Amino acid sequence: MSIILLQSLTGLASAASLFLVAVGLSIIFGVTRVVNFAHGSFYMLGAYLAWWLHQWLAAGALGFWVSVVVAAVTVGLVGVLVEYLILRRIYKAPELFQLLATFGVVLVIQDAVLWVWGPEDRLGPQVPGLDGAVLIAGHYLPSYDLFLIAITPLLLLALWWLFQRTRWGILVRAATQDREMVAALGVNQTRLFTAVFFLGSLLAGLGGALQLPKGGADTLLDINIIATAFVIVVIGGLGSILGAFLAAVLVGQLNAFGILVFPTLTLALMFLVMASVLILRPQGLLGKPESAAPPTGPPAPRLRLPSRLSLMLWLPLLTGLVALPWFTQGYVLVLMVDIFIAALFAASLHFLLGPGGMISFGHAAYFGLGAYGAALLVKYLSLPMLPALLLAPWIAGLGALLFGWFCVRLRGVYLAMLTLAFAQIIWSVAMQWYPVTGGDDGILGLWPAPWAADRISYYYLSLTLCALGIYSLRRMMFAPFGYALRGSRDSARRAEAIGIAVRHHQWAAFTIAGVCAGLAGSLYVYSKGSVFPDVMAIPNSVDALIMVLLGGVQTVSGPLLGAAVFTWLHDELSRLDYWRFLLGLSLIGLVVLFPHGLGGIAEQWRSRRISS
Amino acid sequence: MSLLQVQGLSKYFGAVAAVDDLSFTVAEGEILAMIGPNGAGKSTCFNLLGGQLAADHGSVRLANHELLGLPAYRIWRLGVGRTFQITASFGSMSVLENIQLALLSHHRRLWQPWRRATGYYRPVASALLEQVGMAAQAERSCGILAYGDLKRVELAVALAHQPRLLLMDEPTAGMAPAERAELMRLVVKIAREHTIAVLFTEHDMDVVFRHADRLIVLDHGQMIAAGTPASVRADPLVQTRYLGHS
Ligand SMILES: Nc1ncnc2c1ncn2[C@@H]1O[C@H](COP(=O)(O)OP(=O)(O)OP(=O)(O)O)[C@@H](O)[C@H]1O
Ligand SMILES: [Mg+2]
Repeated sequence: MSIILLQSLTGLASAASLFLVAVGLSIIFGVTRVVNFAHGSFYMLGAYLAWWLHQWLAAGALGFWVSVVVAAVTVGLVGVLVEYLILRRIYKAPELFQLLATFGVVLVIQDAVLWVWGPEDRLGPQVPGLDGAVLIAGHYLPSYDLFLIAITPLLLLALWWLFQRTRWGILVRAATQDREMVAALGVNQTRLFTAVFFLGSLLAGLGGALQLPKGGADTLLDINIIATAFVIVVIGGLGSILGAFLAAVLVGQLNAFGILVFPTLTLALMFLVMASVLILRPQGLLGKPESAAPPTGPPAPRLRLPSRLSLMLWLPLLTGLVALPWFTQGYVLVLMVDIFIAALFAASLHFLLGPGGMISFGHAAYFGLGAYGAALLVKYLSLPMLPALLLAPWIAGLGALLFGWFCVRLRGVYLAMLTLAFAQIIWSVAMQWYPVTGGDDGILGLWPAPWAADRISYYYLSLTLCALGIYSLRRMMFAPFGYALRGSRDSARRAEAIGIAVRHHQWAAFTIAGVCAGLAGSLYVYSKGSVFPDVMAIPNSVDALIMVLLGGVQTVSGPLLGAAVFTWLHDELSRLDYWRFLLGLSLIGLVVLFPHGLGGIAEQWRSRRISS
Repeated sequence: MSLLQVQGLSKYFGAVAAVDDLSFTVAEGEILAMIGPNGAGKSTCFNLLGGQLAADHGSVRLANHELLGLPAYRIWRLGVGRTFQITASFGSMSVLENIQLALLSHHRRLWQPWRRATGYYRPVASALLEQVGMAAQAERSCGILAYGDLKRVELAVALAHQPRLLLMDEPTAGMAPAERAELMRLVVKIAREHTIAVLFTEHDMDVVFRHADRLIVLDHGQMIAAGTPASVRADPLVQTRYLGHS
């Protein structure tokens, strides 16, 4: 009995910083409609800054509290800088681009933190006056936990007062409900957005700083906390403060008790709750349903059949690829295999994003299911390479079939979050189900069959399978199935009104994209000889998005170009010390400068030439 | 026996009864106009019949098939075509492709994953476009068409599966008067040729009184009058509530 009380108190204590991060994310989304991926990085920054300042000041209790406050305010200012330099330019861009640009900020801050504070985990200080423990029902609970439990409702109250009782807060709430109306009232919207960003980032920084004595600071904080914050905000309802509070408490309890009941599935549990909320009550516990505004913005450009010119380019390219091993047998072939796999992966995501019109922020899940599928088939059923290679994609397809059923019921940011949640579930299972997946250590020793073991054979095998996969996706795009899919994207109500079962087609497309991603994943396993949970982590999903974006979402060959350029750049840059910094900067630049992707430039150029 | 039987149809948005206990029938090949002031519930009624909205009460039977509760795509397959007040078309596709897609759906070819779609049903699609006077613009993108042209494309799309009932929500809105009269004449001609029943709404009373076989008048979601154009025009209630200004 007493252990339950203790766990529940521990859960409540952890809810404090969860609430602070989530409420900041929620307020920012409510007003600006931007889902800020970098919010977790602000949290991490808060933790590091507080640690660093405390090293400097190190003067008793006062030193700690000054560090916390200064760290939080500094993070707020960093938030303002990010808003001013980047987000302000992309408030009107599609959700996907906003997510990617803020992910660029994540990468930049990650490497900046690494550069300033190094890779070591930083232990949090003891807080003078709160460093003891209190005996509760026969167990010791740290005093600092009690402090956190006490201030959480106070913080909620303070925020409630701010938003209900001050003129500024009322304006923010009005802006959350109706942006145009507030603009019409003559409120300076730009300043309001910046102020909201300051507050939101400050709260994230405060959360990180307050968590310091409990968890310290390390370089994985950002991704870990952002995933949790997404979950909380979705459960509570985007834009709702009380919702964020309730959800933070719920998730805190879930984590505290999950450890007791399902120690291997704690993370999955959290995401499962989120997925159920999204399906039963898409607007979250206390959120308001989105008004079903028809999608704005220009229609997607026309998808053209490959012209004779492009066929003239494709044939020599393919011939060149087939002939390549005659000229070199070196590392280039290995790199080319990486490119083929990336191209298939990107093409499968593009199929979903472009013709399907569905945002996926967790496509790596299906890549990973293919990869782990192949690895487990080999490890437990001792299947030879070819059957494993051909069976594994169907495992990924099964996963996509299951998750897709839920995903085709949501749109926009909610869809992005649900896909992300599913990817995180799969990732956490691979991570925590140690006896089967090997957890962090991965699965090793997965080499190709003898006949495909040498570089050249595996090169041809990957070329063949990837080319087949990509070709099939292209055929489908221009076949009646693809027409139905594109029609459903352009206007779901028109599509339904001519007898197209929109969701069925989207569900099928989701599954097909999953199968192709799975094929890429299983090829990947045999090219590396091993598989680790990273293959389905958020960065891998983002990589695929970058490739598609680089090439242009609404172009046919764009993703292939994007995959080639990205894989090559990745290969070159990842040897540099701070390549993530560069990648992040390029990502931000790419979104801010070319919201239509590189392939989109060619498309624009062509339509300009045609119309003039 | 009538083709469409609507019984006690109701739809509430919160406290607003957008459609309130509405009953009427449409005979085979009949051209029926539904008129009423803005916000009377005409579009809501169309969306209930087409499956775009779920009704709260009532029954809608098309030749003894219950339509309420069916998804929009099933209703279409039973022979109900429609156009929207705010036009809906596939903006990233050409006019011809829009029609081809409707034909592909009609012939149950939507799941065909391999063969190129461009070759399917071109002559039929072209003939449909010819019929509504859009043949010259067949290759243009639907996303850049003029509003009146879009309405014609919608009509051609709605005709692609040889419907028994056509629902047209303000088919001529946004057109010049001459163009309106011409489009309505075309609709009536096609409907008579193929015995298609047409239920349409329209704010232009000249068009309504010239082409409709029968009228029903809606106000606040309720039917306040029904009958031949002459009898409705003479109805005192209709005079005060709707035609009062004219
Ligand atoms: N989605 C909705 N949510 C809430 N109320 C709605 C909704 N759609 C329609 N209404 C309300 O229902 C009533 C009927 O609207 P409807 O669009 O059916 O009228 P209408 O007769 O088509 O008008 P118009 O001639 O302007 O097209 C109106 O009071 C409208 O405000
Ligand atoms: Mg209407």
